Amino acid sequence: MIHSLFLVNSSGDIFLEKHWKSVVSRSVCDYFFEAQERASEPENVPPVIPTPHHYLISVLRHRIYFVAVIQSEVPPLFVIEFLHRVVDTFQDYFGVCTEAAIKDNVVVVYELLEEMLDNGFPLATESNILKELIKPPTILRTVVNTITGSTNVGEQLPTGQLSVVPWRRTGVKYTNNEAYFDVVEEIDAIIDKSGSTITAEIQGVIDACVKLTGMPDLTLSFMNPRLLDDVSFHPCVRFKRWEAERILSFIPPDGNFRLLSYHVSSQNLVAIPVYVKHNITFREGSSQGRFELTLGPKQTMGKGVEAVLVSSQLPRGVLNTNLNPTQGTYTFDPVTKLLSWDVGKINPQKLPSLKGSMSLQAGASKPDENPTINIQFKIQQSALSGLKVNRLDMYGEKYKPFKGIKYMTKAGKFQALLSN
Amino acid sequence: MSASSAFNDEKGGSSNVGEPEYGHDPASGGIFSSDYKRHDDLKEMLDSNKDSLKLEAMKRIVAMIARGKNASDLFPAVVKNVACKNIEVKKLVYVYLVRYAEEQQDLALLSISTFQRGLKDPNQLIRASALRVLSSIRVTIIVPIMMLAIKEAASDMSPYVRKTAAHAIPKLYSLDPEQKDCLIEVIEKLLADKTTLVAGSVVMAFEEVCPERIDLIHKNYRKLCNLLIDVEEWGQVVIINMLTRYARTQFLNPNMNESLLEEGGGEKAFYGSDNDDDTDDEEDKEEKEKKKTEATAIVKRKPYVMDPDHRLLLRNTKPLLQSRNAAVVMAVAQLYFHLAPKAEVGVIAKALVRLMRSHSEVQYVVLQNVATMSIKRRGMFEPYLKSFYIRSTDPTQIKVLKLEVLTNLANETNISTILREFQTYIKSNDKDFVAATIQAIGRCATNIGEVRDTCLNGLVQLLSNRDELVVAESVVVIKKLLQMQPEQHSDIIKHMAKLTDNIQVPMARASILWLIGEYCEHVPKIAPDVLRKMAKTFTNEEDIVKLQIINLAAKLYLTNSKQTKLLTQYVLNLAKYDQNYDIRDRARFIRQLIVPTDKSGALSKYAKKLFLALKPAPVLESPFKDRDHFQLGSLSHLLNAKAGGYQVLPDWPEAAPDPSVRNVEIEEVITSSEGRIGLLGDTREVPEWTKCSSREKRKEKKADKPFYSDSEGESGPTESADSASDTASGSESGSGSEESGSGSESEESNEESESASEEDEEEEGKKKKKNVEKIKARKPVPESESEPSSGEDVKKSEKKSKPRIGSSESESEEDNDSESESSESEEEESEEESEEETKKKKKTTASKPPSKPPKKENKKEKKEMSLLDFDDFDPAPSPSQVTPLNNFLSSSLVTDLEGLSLTDNVLSPTTIIPSGNLKTYELLHRITGEGLSVEYCFSRQPFSPDPHMVAVKIQFTNSATSEAKSLHVEDAKLQSGMRIKEFPEIEVLPAGETVSVVMGIDFCDSTQAANFQLCTHTRKFFVSIQPPVGELMMPIFMTENEFKKEQGQLMGMNEITEKLTLEEKCQGEHAVVQRVTTAANLSRVPCGSDKECSPPVPPPPFPIHRFAGKTVTSGSLVLVSVVTKEDGAAQLTVNCEKMVIGTMLVKDILQALTQ
Repeated sequence: MIHSLFLVNSSGDIFLEKHWKSVVSRSVCDYFFEAQERASEPENVPPVIPTPHHYLISVLRHRIYFVAVIQSEVPPLFVIEFLHRVVDTFQDYFGVCTEAAIKDNVVVVYELLEEMLDNGFPLATESNILKELIKPPTILRTVVNTITGSTNVGEQLPTGQLSVVPWRRTGVKYTNNEAYFDVVEEIDAIIDKSGSTITAEIQGVIDACVKLTGMPDLTLSFMNPRLLDDVSFHPCVRFKRWEAERILSFIPPDGNFRLLSYHVSSQNLVAIPVYVKHNITFREGSSQGRFELTLGPKQTMGKGVEAVLVSSQLPRGVLNTNLNPTQGTYTFDPVTKLLSWDVGKINPQKLPSLKGSMSLQAGASKPDENPTINIQFKIQQSALSGLKVNRLDMYGEKYKPFKGIKYMTKAGKFQALLSN
Repeated sequence: MSASSAFNDEKGGSSNVGEPEYGHDPASGGIFSSDYKRHDDLKEMLDSNKDSLKLEAMKRIVAMIARGKNASDLFPAVVKNVACKNIEVKKLVYVYLVRYAEEQQDLALLSISTFQRGLKDPNQLIRASALRVLSSIRVTIIVPIMMLAIKEAASDMSPYVRKTAAHAIPKLYSLDPEQKDCLIEVIEKLLADKTTLVAGSVVMAFEEVCPERIDLIHKNYRKLCNLLIDVEEWGQVVIINMLTRYARTQFLNPNMNESLLEEGGGEKAFYGSDNDDDTDDEEDKEEKEKKKTEATAIVKRKPYVMDPDHRLLLRNTKPLLQSRNAAVVMAVAQLYFHLAPKAEVGVIAKALVRLMRSHSEVQYVVLQNVATMSIKRRGMFEPYLKSFYIRSTDPTQIKVLKLEVLTNLANETNISTILREFQTYIKSNDKDFVAATIQAIGRCATNIGEVRDTCLNGLVQLLSNRDELVVAESVVVIKKLLQMQPEQHSDIIKHMAKLTDNIQVPMARASILWLIGEYCEHVPKIAPDVLRKMAKTFTNEEDIVKLQIINLAAKLYLTNSKQTKLLTQYVLNLAKYDQNYDIRDRARFIRQLIVPTDKSGALSKYAKKLFLALKPAPVLESPFKDRDHFQLGSLSHLLNAKAGGYQVLPDWPEAAPDPSVRNVEIEEVITSSEGRIGLLGDTREVPEWTKCSSREKRKEKKADKPFYSDSEGESGPTESADSASDTASGSESGSGSEESGSGSESEESNEESESASEEDEEEEGKKKKKNVEKIKARKPVPESESEPSSGEDVKKSEKKSKPRIGSSESESEEDNDSESESSESEEEESEEESEEETKKKKKTTASKPPSKPPKKENKKEKKEMSLLDFDDFDPAPSPSQVTPLNNFLSSSLVTDLEGLSLTDNVLSPTTIIPSGNLKTYELLHRITGEGLSVEYCFSRQPFSPDPHMVAVKIQFTNSATSEAKSLHVEDAKLQSGMRIKEFPEIEVLPAGETVSVVMGIDFCDSTQAANFQLCTHTRKFFVSIQPPVGELMMPIFMTENEFKKEQGQLMGMNEITEKLTLEEKCQGEHAVVQRVTTAANLSRVPCGSDKECSPPVPPPPFPIHRFAGKTVTSGSLVLVSVVTKEDGAAQLTVNCEKMVIGTMLVKDILQALTQ
């Protein structure tokens, strides 16, 4: 399976290596660097690179390439999924997964990698088990460790690995028992230049933060479970129960986890929460172009649209822009031609707009490229699909937990095509 | 847990206050600038007796290793600390050791004894970790030690240690391939392991060491299928991939019929159809048979019936499409793609489309696979077309793949939308992507005739694009398109010829010139003119254009030398003095070739052939075509090249190999005779396990059982996996383990392998029949072996720790009996008889009231059985009436005793219910049914083809004057998840006659009605069957203790209590029992208190009646208890995980008791 792992930063330095079988020389990464040079963008490095004796499978997260060295046939997704799991674990442990964080915690990183794979085959990937084995570093613990010489390796033996609920550690205790669930929906859409929707779909997740004592058994039911078209579960969810009753029944892992991701059935028409009006003209031969963009809310169920951010890659012919936002700030980078406008909250009474002129390269003809606008926004306290949690019940423990559910809608890949 | 406390003692044993220079975080910057000079102090620190110093040093060393610095010279100093008590130091030393042991073999040996000690540790986690490190040390000299350790660990009682052993197998194999044979033995042993923890790891070992030994899987196949859902996700991937390969060798192609039909037409001519025995419909098939062997022919003659094991695999993997792990989803998807019947493959599309939301690397791999799949099964992804639309933010490699999929999905109906999408793509910034789009348009044009012109026109317009790449790509694509349809050449070539005036992109000009040259005969007037223009501008052209001008000139000279002779000469002369030597060379070469001179050799005769040879049209087909000969989802598929260690996905076999190899019953027999040592080993270990493995762990396991059992797959296997420890835990007696053990078996054989086990049963039946006779003669063959051990059993069962041998023996024995009975009736049937009919027979015989055989027979048996569970054999408190409440054992005992002529299997204690007790419901009234009246009742017998179905007995009475023909079920409209197993069609029902059939309905544990049409040869009637909640369950046997334990776990919301007042006539025990069991299909839990305990306890003042059952579909426990008090006051408690069922059941029972 996975032979070795190299971490490569954006400047092409290997800053960590780990071997699970015999040592593979780091020169194997030269093939990777070659591919990296050939790719125009960092994300265009092919995830799988064959070399004469090995195969390199890599993922790019947080501007770090995680390059796994494989020697024989293995499902590539197996490796990719595992590498992402590694990154998630690092993020979970150190808050961020940057080169600096990894270098600062190199011993913990090494211990984690040692536990996660045995002879290249995944061994313990559940964060609850890992935390039992290796305690995540905190500032306090680091200080205490240096003074007392105690360790961040768990002293207890990890019984979780033996348990039938391997995702939950045993003996959890909290004074405040809380369970929070965030229903977060992302809307992906492509809007064409006339404002009609080409595609729109809603993907949602339910992220949970459960801090409950003992072995609670939770059930979560929805008012309208039929909305959910395609779901994927955390392994803790009892599949049969869902099939039969559309109820989520599970013994939760301790701490943060993603309970469920879902897709809202495509039969339901997706309400697009914002609209874009625009008028962008490039005149042939002229060195001036006009730019006009107005945003407005649409079908938001009375909730405000917040944190709106508009960005667009303008054609290469645009030298500079001179625009006036009615609210928020805008920037234009003449080198990358990236226009970004931080709008903030949309006020339905006074719609935000961005107007002005663009100076174009003299003599250049009308650009062929069709710029697109990417829009980001958030709508608090509302799930666009209308999904509602009905109730959350706990069995198996005596105390009364505090329960909270939050809804949020975000723009995923929300694009509007512009005419020219 | 003595060991762990030992670890605890050590922590913080010393403090490092006062060593400020080492106090800083070792991993921070300082380390990265550290150099070799500091090795000296590292050695000192390692030699010190302070743990904190050692830890500090080890951290720095590990940081060096992480950076790829060489730290091997510290080996002696580090290895000394291998026995260090501080757990973190120890772990870091392990890391170091594993990294450098290979380089310092001799020194590494010093550490071995520590691990050997660890292997004997009472704590399973320490044993496991010792084995893990030991096996990771790549030192050849310790191979024998490793082998020994693995062998020992493979029979460790802790599943975690066994898992570690499985992990160690590939390590040893890569170190010393000579050990293969020994390792295969260990693998074989571990494959038989019944725990989910081990399954994934051992299959991984199997794949690395002996993937070719597919025969090892047979006996474990069903178990693996059933365990699959509970295996950890990484193991699932490996198992699914392996099972895909397995299935390809063992089952028939489910799409065989289609492919046969496709081929059939062509072959028809070759083979005369003089086949005498006729299959009704498919002649082609018959013909194919002819050339095959006898055996094959028999298989082929039958219409394709999917092997139940094949179905099992498909069914058990399907829920995993919902996994969060992309690799698991992909594994299931490829399994379905390679194994499922065409009609069922569609389910994977949605899951794959979901994966496209994931990280771009995941998308990349998924899209590659979707691209391959979409060629073979385009329809599958068509509904998701829009999900493959491209976003400007996608990385180029994703865009190109999406484009590939879109192209594959294009057909007449959606091509216009796709082309519109393509038009927007062409305007993209990303030029590589634009080029790919143009290619894609070209492919759409070749594949779909209707849009060819539109595409061509669109492409021609692109020729005026400013972007060189776009133009070049368009020209190339146009060139390809034109080569395919010569009849349309002239128009477009003329158009393109005109473009030469405007288009400046050299590549495009060159391509146009090539086209004109190639098809100069189609444009005889224009071509010379173009050459004229080009000759004029020759000197100003780019090199590639110049070369094409020379080519054009040459071709024209050969076809139309009259008009172009001078022009050609002119061009060649210009080229002769060109600055570029390529052009000069070309000119010289061509001149020699085409202009006939005295000196010109033989070659010039063939000049025309050389230049005007028909060039093959480039094939515009997907690069993903035929990639599916690689197993999808594999690295080899992704690279389109065989990767090392890739196991070829075999083709379907012509004829299915014997399916009986997967039968586990046979294995049982084998193990009891030859695998004796293993079993004995188990018994020996049971107490040890009880002692050393933490008790609470097992409790936990028990507590969580409902959790697992409600996951797909009838809990049979899971339970049986636990059964060893369960029985050991003592609360259970023989009958309990029988339930789990034989339960899973018979479930498998009944449900999964309908047809497969049909034959076996028959065969077995014969065998068993002999056995039966032998039993009658008091000495059955298999039993004789267990005789001595069963003596021990007695004692053990008293101690409440029962070894497995006893149970498995009695199990199989009982199985045998029941099976032999059912097959006895079958035996006379000819082998050709259809399955359904046999089943019907079985049913009808089953419902016959059993004859009462003399009880004296088989006293020996009786004694033996009663030793396992004495009380069950006691005469029931209210002998005659309580019969319906029979629990398993008593009924099976009765079976045993009753001359082995009972006709139902062990799992149906309720068969003894007189059918008169069953409430019948009307399905179709005589008047609406035009003389046909239909009634149904819930027969309370297990539905043998599928234990998850409720058996419904349907009685047809034809009171009309004419006979009714072809009664059958049609067009079931079911709630999601519900299933129906129709009864076999009744061909004729003469007037005045009555006939009963049994059908199975899986109500999914809901009281939703099953709606379907009942059809006669003339009419259809809409009917529906709605089950009372009490019929959704089946009785199970439980002891009182078990009952209490389970009840304790179903508290809270799962418990519903009602108070009630019993009527006068309903206060007796008998009445209560009868009413409850009439209302719900439950079995009574024997009251232990009145006879079990050796010091007789006075019966409680208020008797408690307990009933147990489980729901048919999900197997959730249903526990009912009725406490009767003074004056008819009573309290009814229902515990059930399914609250809806519980509530309804309370209502029903309440009604039954108070009426």
